[in-house]
Amino acid sequence: MFDRRDLLKGAGLAAMAATLNSTKALALETVTLPFANGERPLVKYPQKRPMIGLTSRPPQLETPFAVFNDGPITPNNAFFVRYHLSDLPYNLDPDKFTLEVKGKVDKPLKLSLKDIRKMKPTEIVAVAQCSGNSRGFFEPRVAGGQLANGAMGCARWRGVPLKSVLEMAGVQSGAKQVTFNGMDGPVNDKTPDFIKALDIDHASDGEVMLAYGMNGEDLPFLNGFPLRLIVPGYYGTYWVKHLNEITVIDNVYDGFWMKSAYRIPDTPNNAVEPGTAPKATIPINRFTIRSFITSIPDGAKLKAGAVTLRGIAFDGGKGIKEVEVSTDGGKTWVGAKLGKDLGKYAFREWKLPVKLAAGSHELKVRATGNGGETQPDAPRWNPAGYLRNVVETVRVNVA
Amino acid sequence: MQRIALLAITLAVAALMGSSLAAPVNYKTPDEVAAFKPGPNLEVVQGNCSACHSSDYVATQPPMKDKRAFWQAEVTKMIKVYGAPIDDADVGKIVDYLAATY
Repeated sequence: MFDRRDLLKGAGLAAMAATLNSTKALALETVTLPFANGERPLVKYPQKRPMIGLTSRPPQLETPFAVFNDGPITPNNAFFVRYHLSDLPYNLDPDKFTLEVKGKVDKPLKLSLKDIRKMKPTEIVAVAQCSGNSRGFFEPRVAGGQLANGAMGCARWRGVPLKSVLEMAGVQSGAKQVTFNGMDGPVNDKTPDFIKALDIDHASDGEVMLAYGMNGEDLPFLNGFPLRLIVPGYYGTYWVKHLNEITVIDNVYDGFWMKSAYRIPDTPNNAVEPGTAPKATIPINRFTIRSFITSIPDGAKLKAGAVTLRGIAFDGGKGIKEVEVSTDGGKTWVGAKLGKDLGKYAFREWKLPVKLAAGSHELKVRATGNGGETQPDAPRWNPAGYLRNVVETVRVNVA
Repeated sequence: MQRIALLAITLAVAALMGSSLAAPVNYKTPDEVAAFKPGPNLEVVQGNCSACHSSDYVATQPPMKDKRAFWQAEVTKMIKVYGAPIDDADVGKIVDYLAATY
């Protein structure tokens, strides 16, 4: 018997498959990031515009830096992608997806996506940034993903507070941490699965979120569809993608990705002498404060006269108080005009009209947060290549 | 009557579009084009390293002064930390290849 429904459904699936399958191995062209061995292919993935390809299995994509000049919200199709392990849930079925909440709770939960979408939603504009963003600029160089400044992005996330879900489950007394596991995992069962942990107070602060929406759409697959953790102000390592398992525990989680990886020196400024190892380490946590000029690339040639410099700044959650710009290599500084405040975890735009005379100039930008912290003039170093936030310099030739 | 039938079909199509969007994702990544460069013991490297990651993980690492020490440390990390099942006899061959080729 001929079933019209199947026929129509088949047509719909074929159309979708055609969209998703249309990408063959496309190395469109290459870009050269400004450090040794920085040549990368520009690659095209489903749901993404051409991105800087770091690795293909698992996929890791960096945002071309020019995107950050288009506004304080990074489009979904330009948002960076970082995975650790190669077994991705490429075939996950959102109708069958369940989020499990278990461990030291009174009432373990299994929530469908529908259950989660029925809860009272909340939104936050927040920057996600890879811990290793800008690692390629470390000197001496260090092993790891060799990224320029494009492993960051700012989006409007929509979802439910983790706090609400934990309250539904009823956290038991004595709980110390909450662990987060996603559907992506290792190819080899001896490789530690990617599991992260937050202290119970942090997990219950009302800001940490389970997000299904990103800039008004579903999360792109490579950004964690259908559900990911949002940890405002914290490095991306905590923002577990394809999140399907939350466990409340009464100890401090000691899995590899907390105990051994993603650690920073336990020193003032979390830095050590370049090339040396720290004596003690702590888990990486909040972003350092950063700012960028986005309107002019390094090495640009400009005409003498008036030009408006533009850029972005962000920090770990205090919010941006001030952005200053220098056109003379850091001798003198002028305050820039800040753009609209989208919240203390968002990119904050800034702009400043300047006049440039003929010659070469070093343009610099420096942000100060509401807590008073600012950016160092010289880069700080740690062996894993995290936390970079030196005052950035754009060299221009004016004629 | 015809109008009602049309409306019914339209609604059915709309409902099916909704359900087709909720079908399994079936996300397709582009074909893997990066390959390990020719070098000594290439087949040993392909056999061991490619099981878990693409070759661009190696190719994008920074040029280090002491290549041998750098790659020895990386291979050791793959075995000790990530549980890569590499035979002892292959470790030296892989390090030789990496130090000579990247």
